[in-house]
Amino acid sequence: MSTILTHLQRLEAESIHIMREVAAEAERPVMLYSIGKDSSVMLHIAQKAFYPSPPPFPLLHVDTTWKFREMYELRDRMAAEAGMELLVHINPEAQEMGINPFTHGSAVHTDIWKTQGLIQALDKHKFDVAFGGARRDEEKSRAKERVFSFRNAQHRWDPKNQRPELWSLYNTRKNHGESIRVFPLSNWTELDVWQYIYLEQIPMVPLYLAKERPVVERDGTLIMVDDDRMDLAEGEEPQMRKVRFRTLGCYPLTGAIESEAETLPEVIQEMLLAKTSERQGRVIDFDSSGSMEKKKQQGYF
Amino acid sequence: MASSDLIATDIKGYLDAHARKDFLRFITCGSVDDGKSTLIGRLLHESQLIFEDQLAALEADSKRVGTRGGEIDYALLLDGLQAEREQGITIDVAYRFFSTDQRKFIVADTPGHEQYTRNMVTGASTADLAVILVDARKGVLVQTRRHSYLASLLGIRHVVLAVNKMDLVEYSEERFREIEAEYRGFAKGLGVEDVVCIPMSAVHGDNVVTVSERTPWYQGPALMEHLESVEVTDARQATPFRLPVQWVNRPSADFRGFSGTVMSGMVQPGDRVRILPSGRESTVTRIVTLEGDQPEAVAHQAVTLTLADEVDVSRGDVLTAAQAPASVADQFEATIVWMAEEPLLRGRGYLMKIGTARATATVSPVKYQVNVNTLEQQPAERLELNEVGVCELELDRAIPFDRYDENPEMGSFILIDPISNDTVGAGMLRFALRRAENVHWQAVDIDKQSRSDLKGQQPCIVWLTGLSGSGKSTIANLLERKLYALGRHTYLLDGDNVRHGLNKDLGFTAQDRVENIRRIGEVAALMVDAGLIVITSFISPFRAERRMARSLVNEEEFVEVFVDTPVEVAEERDTKGLYAKARRGEITNFTGIDSPYEPPEHAEVHIETTRLTAEEAADAIIASLRERGIIRV
Repeated sequence: MSTILTHLQRLEAESIHIMREVAAEAERPVMLYSIGKDSSVMLHIAQKAFYPSPPPFPLLHVDTTWKFREMYELRDRMAAEAGMELLVHINPEAQEMGINPFTHGSAVHTDIWKTQGLIQALDKHKFDVAFGGARRDEEKSRAKERVFSFRNAQHRWDPKNQRPELWSLYNTRKNHGESIRVFPLSNWTELDVWQYIYLEQIPMVPLYLAKERPVVERDGTLIMVDDDRMDLAEGEEPQMRKVRFRTLGCYPLTGAIESEAETLPEVIQEMLLAKTSERQGRVIDFDSSGSMEKKKQQGYF
Repeated sequence: MASSDLIATDIKGYLDAHARKDFLRFITCGSVDDGKSTLIGRLLHESQLIFEDQLAALEADSKRVGTRGGEIDYALLLDGLQAEREQGITIDVAYRFFSTDQRKFIVADTPGHEQYTRNMVTGASTADLAVILVDARKGVLVQTRRHSYLASLLGIRHVVLAVNKMDLVEYSEERFREIEAEYRGFAKGLGVEDVVCIPMSAVHGDNVVTVSERTPWYQGPALMEHLESVEVTDARQATPFRLPVQWVNRPSADFRGFSGTVMSGMVQPGDRVRILPSGRESTVTRIVTLEGDQPEAVAHQAVTLTLADEVDVSRGDVLTAAQAPASVADQFEATIVWMAEEPLLRGRGYLMKIGTARATATVSPVKYQVNVNTLEQQPAERLELNEVGVCELELDRAIPFDRYDENPEMGSFILIDPISNDTVGAGMLRFALRRAENVHWQAVDIDKQSRSDLKGQQPCIVWLTGLSGSGKSTIANLLERKLYALGRHTYLLDGDNVRHGLNKDLGFTAQDRVENIRRIGEVAALMVDAGLIVITSFISPFRAERRMARSLVNEEEFVEVFVDTPVEVAEERDTKGLYAKARRGEITNFTGIDSPYEPPEHAEVHIETTRLTAEEAADAIIASLRERGIIRV
């Protein structure tokens, strides 16, 4: 007699295995928590991995102050429910300079708030391992990413100098000053993530479901006006449209799509019938071909 | 696909069905020229994983940098890193994902250039199946053999030979059958159980997703159909229970659980487990998960177990079925794939990670290297990047393990350079050279000491090594006669005699010679255990084998005798006429002619036959045995 595990059970078990390896071998691990669907799955699995103990590491949110308001609400609730410490890092220089996507553009905004902010936070707390929710299927440059991805003391990634990963054996040894980004969801696809959220009934930011929301259309992208900091152009008037988000980031940089999907199965249905890939809603990828790889080399996840 | 109707009409039904999909990991092997990237691109495309925006980008890229004259170049879908895209090569293992109604697939896509071995071994380590591409015009090439060997080395039991570019041979059945027959013969020699050969054209889609009308003579499945239906019986479930402890779970003083992934077998509350390496036993009380206690846990599942007794268990220990525990040892013979620019250095300590355990491993001289292109075994001093070899490993502590071919998750390891911290090697344990004491030996009341006391002697192995014709057999025979006359209990193992019985299945290749000596070493060690003085007379040209034989008994029980005769003198004598034959090329791998002899560095007795007669030599050995207290008469 044998029990055949489903693909989601296999993926979940692999993610748990990876998290436990880190907990056992890292000095100061941390889990990056961005409140998006991948982060939510990662947090959910972390609770399973260490039960009945709480996960033996804190959550870190690198805040840009420009996230959707509903994201902040879920963040505080989820950390409390998991019994985990929540660290929020806001780059003080970015705050002082008043960096925002409208006057500085998406590239500068992302670099200073997120890339620099992340590096500051990791250095400040001396974290040696940081879990991230990235998946290999997200983007071409990630297909070759390791589960344990090493960064030098400057947090840069060298694509030519990564360690081979065999069987389920992960080499967690690092050189002085190096840190590791660990991606427990490497082998998950977007569909796997949604299916798992559905099966496990994981709480989600409501923005993933379609609802009437105030949006403006800019360069063919629907941007939601989430607060009064939105820099409206002359004659630009927010309109109520039924939209949802496939991916969540800073609200001025995250495109919404028009949708009728008010429940999770309907979202999955739309996704399966969709004709465009998930990251299309992210303004950041459009900068130039291979831009994600460049950002990664600079320390962005 | 039928599922798209279900998506549109009954999404919940679709989700329920898809929650029950299973999982297949496979590897694709071949060079860009074989059309590998095109094949994978097409599998992704046909399983509807390429979105319109990606397709638009692909069309643009195909026009700009494609190699298909503006036609869609599926290969461009797969090249990830910008630098390699510009160089036009893929340099690393890439993982792709697609799924159908039946299965989710993870494809490890490995490139075909000189970094191949490292990358392919990495990809193959987690794969259940290998798709090996050949160009129908070129047939089975050296690289096809290399791919197949590495797949079999890593224990992959299912192989698909994708005979691609059938369009360029006019879909000729004859050509396909010719390649198929050649490949099947070769694969059989490697011991690959399941081989499916499919005629294909990735560019035109023939037999990729659907069976092609252009190959009416082909009755088998299309590739996708085969991938969806191939029965990958999970050997991990059928092997005994093993759970390497990753993390000790102690939320409070009254809970102590052991977290880890079930690497093989299954476990239920009430099962008796043996904790290795300590050998203590206990009973599983609970299988704890966030969803509540489970009635069982099976291979691949990550769980937390509690035990009935307060036993000491920590990370690196393995919980094993008490009825079928793993072995514990600190010396091994292992196959190693070297993955670093710096060669594997003899005598250097590397960090070894096996399961969740760590040890420091020292590699003794490489026994032989396998030429991954010809599969020939060659004597080697060291291993360079991308070389595969068989070595002995000595660990600073005993670890629980199973042989790789019996339980890959318990017999696989990585070697880490302690200075650079890089992963420099991957290895597979073949067998233990010396088992750790008190763990797996059947305890018997009459032991070696009592047996030898009865005979009034200290048992040992007198190991004679030297060239063919050096005089080993003559000396050995005289030595046994003299010992017999002294009332000693002896046994003489002689090369030719052993090859008529125990080792009659072995030839004279490097591998067979190694196995020959291994068996003799084991038999001699058993005889030592029986209390005998064992005399062995074998050329035993390699230091590593002699060292292995030495490691099977206690240090003082091994007396190595170097019967030193210059090769010119031995050839001059040529009592069996073998040198003459070797010179004429009638026999190959002849020690001293076309195969090396490695003289001992620290033999206990050194006999120069040009200065001593056989009588004198035997007396010199007896004198040495007296000196060592082995004989006291």
